[in-house]
Amino acid sequence: MTAERMRLLLPVLSLAVLLGAVFYLQPRAMSYFGLNLLFNLAIPVALATIAQMMIIMVNDIDLSIGAFVSFCACVTATFVHDTPLIGYSILLLAILGYAALGALIQLRGLPAIVVTLGMSFVWGGLAVLILPSPGGASPEWLKALMVFKTPLVPIAVIVPLIIAFVVHVLIKRSWVGVVLQGLGGNERAMERAGWSVVQLRAGAYGLAGLFGVLAGMCLVGLTTAADANIALRYTLLSIAGVILGGGEFVGGRISPFGAVIGALTLTLAASFLSFLRLSPDWQIGAQGAILILVLAVRLLFVRKGVTA
Amino acid sequence: MTDKMLSLEPSANRLSDLIRKPWLWAYIAAALTFAATSLVAGSAAGSLLYAALTFASFSAIVGIGQMLVITMGPGNVDLSIPASMTLAATLALKFMDTQTELILPGFLIAIGVGMGCGILNFALILMLRIPPIIATLAASFLYQSLAIWSNRGLRIKPPEPLAEFATGGTLGVPNVALVGIALAVFAYVLLEKAIAGRWISAIGQNLRAARLSGVPVNIVRFAVYVNSAVCAALAGFLLASFSGGANLNMGTEYMLMSIAVVVIGGSSIGGGNSNVPGIWGAALFMFLIVSMLNSYGLGAGIRLILTGLVIVCVVALASRKGYNT
Repeated sequence: MTAERMRLLLPVLSLAVLLGAVFYLQPRAMSYFGLNLLFNLAIPVALATIAQMMIIMVNDIDLSIGAFVSFCACVTATFVHDTPLIGYSILLLAILGYAALGALIQLRGLPAIVVTLGMSFVWGGLAVLILPSPGGASPEWLKALMVFKTPLVPIAVIVPLIIAFVVHVLIKRSWVGVVLQGLGGNERAMERAGWSVVQLRAGAYGLAGLFGVLAGMCLVGLTTAADANIALRYTLLSIAGVILGGGEFVGGRISPFGAVIGALTLTLAASFLSFLRLSPDWQIGAQGAILILVLAVRLLFVRKGVTA
Repeated sequence: MTDKMLSLEPSANRLSDLIRKPWLWAYIAAALTFAATSLVAGSAAGSLLYAALTFASFSAIVGIGQMLVITMGPGNVDLSIPASMTLAATLALKFMDTQTELILPGFLIAIGVGMGCGILNFALILMLRIPPIIATLAASFLYQSLAIWSNRGLRIKPPEPLAEFATGGTLGVPNVALVGIALAVFAYVLLEKAIAGRWISAIGQNLRAARLSGVPVNIVRFAVYVNSAVCAALAGFLLASFSGGANLNMGTEYMLMSIAVVVIGGSSIGGGNSNVPGIWGAALFMFLIVSMLNSYGLGAGIRLILTGLVIVCVVALASRKGYNT
């Protein structure tokens, strides 16, 4: 078994265990309709996790992705719905803004955590300006796309896997992914090899912005409305998803399939907790506990991997 | 690296040395925003200063804790500060139940809760070998749940004398600011004069070198994380006493604030170099800029955007090229 497969084993196992537990608690979830409900919000979470993965791939952490997805959702529910041309231009500008941020971080050698923490306020403020109170409406085609009934397996399961496959091809099978992972692995080597590290980091951030925009759009398609705080918890979910999926904070070691499976696991964890009839007081805490638990199990895996 | 070595040598030119002091800029920025705000607010400059000192002290207290954590080098950040603040304040106020004679035990409970949070944070970091960002964030969820569970939406008032202390002042200076300044002086002495402070900086500059030269790395890291949580607990206790009770999102804004005051105050975000006076300058600046935007009648959206942009710009301008991630 290759190291890459090994890395995927834990996320797949934890998803399987959690899914088994859910089916045990609620056998009726084992159906087309049940699965669709369980993974209802998996698509935007998966996209946001992929966005975060692009940033973690180049050794940074994005603390603004939740605010950014909220902002994109607000734009989608207002401008894209009312005046599509202006709406798409704003989203395009947002992606360019993300890329510019990456360039700035590289140029001035800035700590990404602080910059993105500051940017989370900027995106949050913009979102409040666009949509002071919850509302807006989803563009029709997005709504139709999100409730599309695929045969056999619901769309909420299929689309994340498609996303994972596309990103896998981009990151693991094309030169783009190789140089970007190279930036995370050894920045100086990439520079010596003649690459512009500023352009590379801008590229990684631009990709993150693109997936953030997609996450915001899909979220509006599902909820059919938006508000300025709609996706704030995605910041943590996405970081946790990448790490659950076998990604590492340094060295450009990430896995698109792992990240998406990590996102699915976390989405499922929320459903699992509500099936347990856990008091809502403890829901947040239980998510933290699940995260700690998986990281502890991973430590055992890594130790085994080292000795084996 | 050369920068750091140079700064250890006695400087010949005092003036250029002063200008190069990064904390100075935080105070200049604070003074400018103060002037800009009091121009609009008119005669209320005195009360503005009083309010600024009061609110800045909460940021300064959590900032001092965060600064020591960040000084230990890349990856070291305490993201559990808001949750620790809320948990400590909630449990302490619930225990005191507005009774005056329980103030001291209540205070000890707050500090104890802080120590507990810090110990758990560090236990996760050490035993699970996960980055402090994730460890403190995951742990903060547990604290948050505990706070929600124990609070149940009730808002218990602080005991009367405690509320008077937190809102009152001595010789024209708010009491909470006196606490914050005392803490800053303590941190300054610790960092500049005590061996423990040297250890913290040494770890931030080069972990391996520090370990090889006999610095008790894990004990120092443990103490720093516990200290950060205790500072957060203290700030939470004071803030709840000041504002008439604990509530569940009282700590929210201190996540950004604690990091912002460290960075704006001139400490190196890459670690190894901390700056105590800058914390207070930055804390004053962060409060004043919000009140300036308020006094110009700007809405919440614009205020958020500008606060965020200020942080990004300050970080971009303050960065010394050649800093290594």
